Amino acid sequence: MGSVKAELLRLWKWPATWVLIGVWLVMTLTFGYLFNYLALNGGTNTRDLSQQQLISAMQPENVGAAVVRGLPMFGGAIILVLAALAVGSGYGWGTWKTTLTAGPRRISAMAGTLGALAIIVVLLVALTFVVNLGAAITVASVEGWDWSLPGAGVLEPLAASLLIAAMWTGFGVFLGVVTKGPALAVGLGLMWAIVTENLLRGVGSLLGPVESLTKVLPGGSAGNLAGAVGGSGAPGVLTDLGGTTAALFLVGYVVVFLGAATLLKVRRDLV
Amino acid sequence: MIVTTEKLTKRYGDRAVVDEVSLSVRRGEVYGFLGPNGAGKTTTIRMLLGLVRPTSGTASVLGEAPGTPRALLKVGSLIEGPGFYPYLSGRDNLRVHAARRGVGRPHVEAALEQVDLVGAANEKFRRYSLGMKQRLGVAAALLGQPELLILDEPTNGLDPAGMADMRDLVRALASQGQTVLLSSHLLGEVEEICDRVGVISQGRLVAESTVEQLRGDTVLLIRADPIEKAHVLIEGSSLHGDVLHVRETDAGSLVRTLVHADVDVQEVRPLRRTLEEVFFEMTGVA
Repeated sequence: MGSVKAELLRLWKWPATWVLIGVWLVMTLTFGYLFNYLALNGGTNTRDLSQQQLISAMQPENVGAAVVRGLPMFGGAIILVLAALAVGSGYGWGTWKTTLTAGPRRISAMAGTLGALAIIVVLLVALTFVVNLGAAITVASVEGWDWSLPGAGVLEPLAASLLIAAMWTGFGVFLGVVTKGPALAVGLGLMWAIVTENLLRGVGSLLGPVESLTKVLPGGSAGNLAGAVGGSGAPGVLTDLGGTTAALFLVGYVVVFLGAATLLKVRRDLV
Repeated sequence: MIVTTEKLTKRYGDRAVVDEVSLSVRRGEVYGFLGPNGAGKTTTIRMLLGLVRPTSGTASVLGEAPGTPRALLKVGSLIEGPGFYPYLSGRDNLRVHAARRGVGRPHVEAALEQVDLVGAANEKFRRYSLGMKQRLGVAAALLGQPELLILDEPTNGLDPAGMADMRDLVRALASQGQTVLLSSHLLGEVEEICDRVGVISQGRLVAESTVEQLRGDTVLLIRADPIEKAHVLIEGSSLHGDVLHVRETDAGSLVRTLVHADVDVQEVRPLRRTLEEVFFEMTGVA
């Protein structure tokens, strides 16, 4: 518990945590509500979305879908950056050395970092939900729509959001430990999340095996899970796999990323 | 013994960075771990703290295996400069460290007081001067009242005033009975502070003893006229140009002998090798 408390204290007071959460919240509001609202009120709709689709996307009862659809790509990239920075920076600042000589076992120290990151990520998803719900209620009230609060069904997209966020967190942690620094970890992570998987999807249209592979890569699995629980109309959201299959792949990635990172952390010399 | 190592070795490929080092640190002493840059001091210390795994050999810290929680909770350390979060204040950094060590807030305040950082405790770590950063490092090492303090090059990068402050701090801790393992390449620092010294060179421990023992016996220098007569009169003396060197501490008796034999004694003074001379001799560093 001491390790979680320590990590939470330092992540809570880290400006980067709040800058990244803030950027994500602005993005989700801008792309999820502001642009849709402007399109609905005289903008040019270039995505061939009907008015009814735009209204539906902004309805408070559909806020779960609004949360999950941003996470496979851009939200995931932000979470990955947060995790990679949280772990990788410790090498540059020398804080891993301080941490590992403080007393806890290496595995406990790592568990502390993961526990604190988990709390931050749950908070991020919760804030995304609350902010999106607030925006949806505001738009619905201003437009005079009939609206209702989301029911228990919202738990499914929220659980999917958490699983997607956990996968990107694990990926960031893994990169931070492997590269032993923040810069390369963030660079590689962003390239993977935003560039590499999209390029592979492009190649996939020419090569069947590559196309099959892209569906189960980290971003692909995240996109498929988002698609399966109602997320749509955002980059990275896919509908090639069933929700259970995509979720199982994501669980596998979480286990592999965190397992490999912890094993490396425990066994590798800190020089 | 608080720390013992037996043939402790660390190899990277074919290169032995630490080569069969066997040292011992006694309770209540300030042990100077002396060696040129790259001699293997920090790697040895990292092995004592469990940051680096030895290739072979054994080590015991307070009766425990290095790097285990039972050992680490009894050891405070500052390795190659302080590692803190730059965006946190000195106090918050210590609170984070205290949470990991399982000690409460009063310990944080006591440690800040001990290193005289209370006034700057709410400033961000990144705004600290080098000296303040090092002192915060010592404060972190002191959290939880460790039985052993390991300080690796604590005066690195400090200006002369900062170095003097750090030496005073170590001296004050030693006077309270704190066992300190102090690694340094600064001979004056070790000579001033340490009770015993281990000298490491190219990964091997080439000497371990008190500073006095390392310097060896005191030699008396005698300038007299005629020097040849004095040389004959004083048994065991050796002639070096126009002076004699004698391994003898009873200067009074020697002078009486020479004066009674009508030898004109012009100068008698002890010739002591400095730790620096001993160090250069042992490590081959010039």
